[in-house]
Amino acid sequence: MADHLYLSTRKGLMIYARNGKGWVHKSSVFLGSPVSISLTSADNNTVFAALNLGHFGVKLHRSTDGGATWTEVSPPAFPKVEGGDKDEKAPAVADVWSLAWADPKNPKALWAGCAPAGLFYSSDLGESWTLNENLWNMPERANWFGGGTVNTALHSICVDPRSAKRVAIGVSCGGVTLTEDGGKTWSVAGHGLRNEYTPPDQAQDPVTQDVHLMVQSPTSPDNYWIQHHNGIFRSTDNLKSWVEVTNAPVSHFGFPVAVHPKDPNTAWFVPAKKDEQRYPVDGNVVVNRTRDGAKTFTTLRRGLPQGNAFDLIYRHGLAVDETGECLAMGSTTGAVWTSDNGDDDWTLLSAHLPPVYAVKMA
Amino acid sequence: MAHVHFTSHLRHVAPGGAVEADGVTVAEALKQVFTRHPALRGYVLDDQGRVRLHIAVFVDGIHVRKDVLDYPLTPASELYVMQALSGG
Repeated sequence: MADHLYLSTRKGLMIYARNGKGWVHKSSVFLGSPVSISLTSADNNTVFAALNLGHFGVKLHRSTDGGATWTEVSPPAFPKVEGGDKDEKAPAVADVWSLAWADPKNPKALWAGCAPAGLFYSSDLGESWTLNENLWNMPERANWFGGGTVNTALHSICVDPRSAKRVAIGVSCGGVTLTEDGGKTWSVAGHGLRNEYTPPDQAQDPVTQDVHLMVQSPTSPDNYWIQHHNGIFRSTDNLKSWVEVTNAPVSHFGFPVAVHPKDPNTAWFVPAKKDEQRYPVDGNVVVNRTRDGAKTFTTLRRGLPQGNAFDLIYRHGLAVDETGECLAMGSTTGAVWTSDNGDDDWTLLSAHLPPVYAVKMA
Repeated sequence: MAHVHFTSHLRHVAPGGAVEADGVTVAEALKQVFTRHPALRGYVLDDQGRVRLHIAVFVDGIHVRKDVLDYPLTPASELYVMQALSGG
C-alpha cells in the first residue's frame, strides 16, 4: 500500500506520508513555484519534480533520498533550429506534462512529454535529454492542435510492461500514437475515437482527437482506457481499435482516468460539466467507478462535497496505488481527498492547498 | 566594460552583484556571464537562445523590447536583467 503522496501544485510540491490510517504532511519543497508533474521510482528513493517558473522557464529537479534533498538537472529542451533565435515559432519547451520510466530493466531511462508535444528521452536520470525526432517529424503531427492551450501537449506515456520498446502516447489534440521499436517508427493508434468539435465527416479522424488522459492496464496490457474531451473510450485489443463508452452517469466529460493495477475492468473517472465550463455537475464532486469494463458504473459521493463545489480534477489529479485499494485526488481549488477502500469512502486531507496539478502515490 | 545586474530572484544561479562584461551587444555581454555561470543561461534564454518572454532587459535606463540581444552596449553601459511583471 502506498505510503507517500506527492502533490504537484501551483505553489510547490507537497509531500505527505502515511501515519496509521491517515496521512500527515511531511514536507513542502519549491514553495511558491508551480510544479507541473512528479515521478517516483518503485523504491520511492528517486523523485523527479518538473517546475514551470513563470519567468524563468521549465526546470527539472531530482531527489535520490525520497524528496529530502534535491538537485537541479537539465530540463528537456528542443534542439536549436537554424535561425531559431530570430524565429518566434521555433519550438521551446513551455511545460513538462508527463514523466515516465522508460524501461524496467534500466533504472536511468526516462521519457518526458512536453508542450509543445515533443517526446524526450533521457538515458542518464535526467542529466541530458534527446528529442524523439521520429515522432516530431511524422507528417501527421502537422494536423495536431492545442486543446485548452495554444500548445499541443503530450500528457500520456504508456510504456508496455511486455516490452519497453512498445510505447503509446496521448496528445491533446493529436490522438494516440504508437511505437513498437523504441521510438524509431510511429503509427497512428486512435481508430475509433470520436470528437464533436470538427465537422461531422472528420469526427473520427484519429489524428485530431483530444485525448485528456490515456492509461494502460499493467497486468492485462491489451487493455487501455481514455478519458477524452467527448467521452470515455476503451481499447481491449492492444490499440487496434477504440470503443466509445456511452453509459457513464453524470457526465461523459472529464479529465482523469485511473485503471486498477490488477483488474483491467475496474477504472475510475471524475465527471465534470462539459465542455468549456469545467466544474462539477450541479456542484457535486463525484467519482464514477466501473468494475465490469464499463457495462455499469457506480457514482461515489461519500466524503465528497455535494453542492456548491467547484473542484475540478485535472488529468493527472487522480491516482491509484499498486494495490488498487488506495486512491487520492486533488482539485483546482486545493482540496485533496484519499480513499483506502477502493474509493467507496473518501476522506478530506486538506481543503486549503494550492491548486493541484498532479497526484502521485508511491 | 559594461556592468551586468541580475534580478535577486536569480541569485541562486547568477552572480551575487553586478559583474563586468565585454561586448558591444547584449548578446555578447550575456554570453560572457553565462560562461562563468552556466546554470544561469537557461533561466534567461529559452531553447532557441531567445530572451524568455517574461524577462525584462534594461540598458542604460531603456526597457529594450525588440531585438533585445542585438541591442548595442558601450563600455559604460548598465545592463539589468529583471523579471517582467507579465510573468506573474
